[in-house]
Amino acid sequence: MARIIVVTSGKGGVGKTTTSAAIAMGLAKKGHKTAVIDFDVGLRNLDLIMGCERRVVYDFVNVINGEATLNQALIRDKNCNQLYILPASQTRDKDALSQEGVGKILDELRKEFKYIVCDSPAGIEKGAHLAMYYADDAFIVTNPEVSSVRDSDRMLGILSSKSRRAELNEEPIKEYLLLSRYSPDRVKLGEMLSVEDVQDILSLHLLGVIPESKSVLNASNSGMPVILDEKSDAGQAYADIVDRYLGEDRPHRFIDEDKGFFRKLFGGK
Amino acid sequence: MSLLDYFKISKESTASLAKERLQILVAHERSSRNQPSYLPQMQKELLEVIRKYINVGQDAISVSFEQDEDQETLELNIVLPDLQPKNT
Repeated sequence: MARIIVVTSGKGGVGKTTTSAAIAMGLAKKGHKTAVIDFDVGLRNLDLIMGCERRVVYDFVNVINGEATLNQALIRDKNCNQLYILPASQTRDKDALSQEGVGKILDELRKEFKYIVCDSPAGIEKGAHLAMYYADDAFIVTNPEVSSVRDSDRMLGILSSKSRRAELNEEPIKEYLLLSRYSPDRVKLGEMLSVEDVQDILSLHLLGVIPESKSVLNASNSGMPVILDEKSDAGQAYADIVDRYLGEDRPHRFIDEDKGFFRKLFGGK
Repeated sequence: MSLLDYFKISKESTASLAKERLQILVAHERSSRNQPSYLPQMQKELLEVIRKYINVGQDAISVSFEQDEDQETLELNIVLPDLQPKNT
C-alpha cells in the first residue's frame, strides 16, 4: 500500500523543501520507489533543490490539464533510479490545481509508487490545502521559534478538520514533528526553545531534530539533497528520520550541545 | 560560579518567556478552533438583547463552548452590575 506523506509547516522558510528532498531521497535510497511532488504552483523550487531544474519539460498542471501524461512529466532523479520528481508549474493562475485533478494524479501514482511525498507551499491557501488533503502521514517541520511553533499548531488544526481522512471520518492523519534549525548551544544558554518545550506545546511525536547546519546551504547550492552528504550532521539527522519513519530504532542525536556523539560516549574531551 | 552562570540565574531566559507566551496563545487558539462558527455572532446578539434591559458593559458576557464525547455544553455568563444603593 502506498503512503502519501505531506511535508508542511504553515510558516515559510522553515525547511519544507529541504526536508521533502531529503526524505524522498532517503526513502528511495532504502529501495522504496518514491515520488516527490512540488505543490508550490507559481513558485517552484523543489526542482532546484533536487538539481533537476534544467530537465523540467512538463509539470503538475500540464498533467492535470491533460497536456502531458504523468510519465512524461515525472523526472527520474540522477542519483537514485527509485526516485521521481513531479515539478510544480510556474503559472500565476491560482486555480490551476483542483481537488479532483490532484486526487486523480495521486491515485495514478499510488499504483506505481510506495511513497508519495507532497512538498507543501507555505501558508494555508489552496496549494497548502491540496498538498495535505489526501495525506496519510504529515511531517510538521518546525523551527524552535515562536511564530513557527504557532503556525505549526494552526496547521495541526487544519489537518484534523480539513483533510480527506477527517471529512470521511477515517483514521486521522499520523502527525510527526521534525524540529529543524536546532542549536543545542543556544538552547543551553536559554536563548532558544528546547525540544521538550516544543513538544510540551505541540504534543507531537518527535521524528527527529535537524541541527542548524552549514551543509544545508551547501547542498542546495549544488542541487543535491542534504541527505546525500553523509558526513554532515544534517544529512545524518535526515537519514535517522527516514529510518525511524520506517520503524527502525534510532536514538535521537543532535539534541545535546556536544556535537561529537562518540566523544561523549567515550568520555573524551 | 562563572560570570555567565550569574547572568543565567538572575535573568529569566528568553526561551522560557517564549514557551510561556506560546502555551497561553496556543491554548486560547485551540479552544476557539473547536467552537461552532456561529458563536461570535450569537454572543454579539445576546449582548444586544441584554443591554436593552440592563446596563452592562461590552465585556460583561462570556460564552464558552465545550465538547466531550457525548455532549456539547454551551455556558453563558453575564455579570450584572452592582445594585444601585436605594435613594431615601
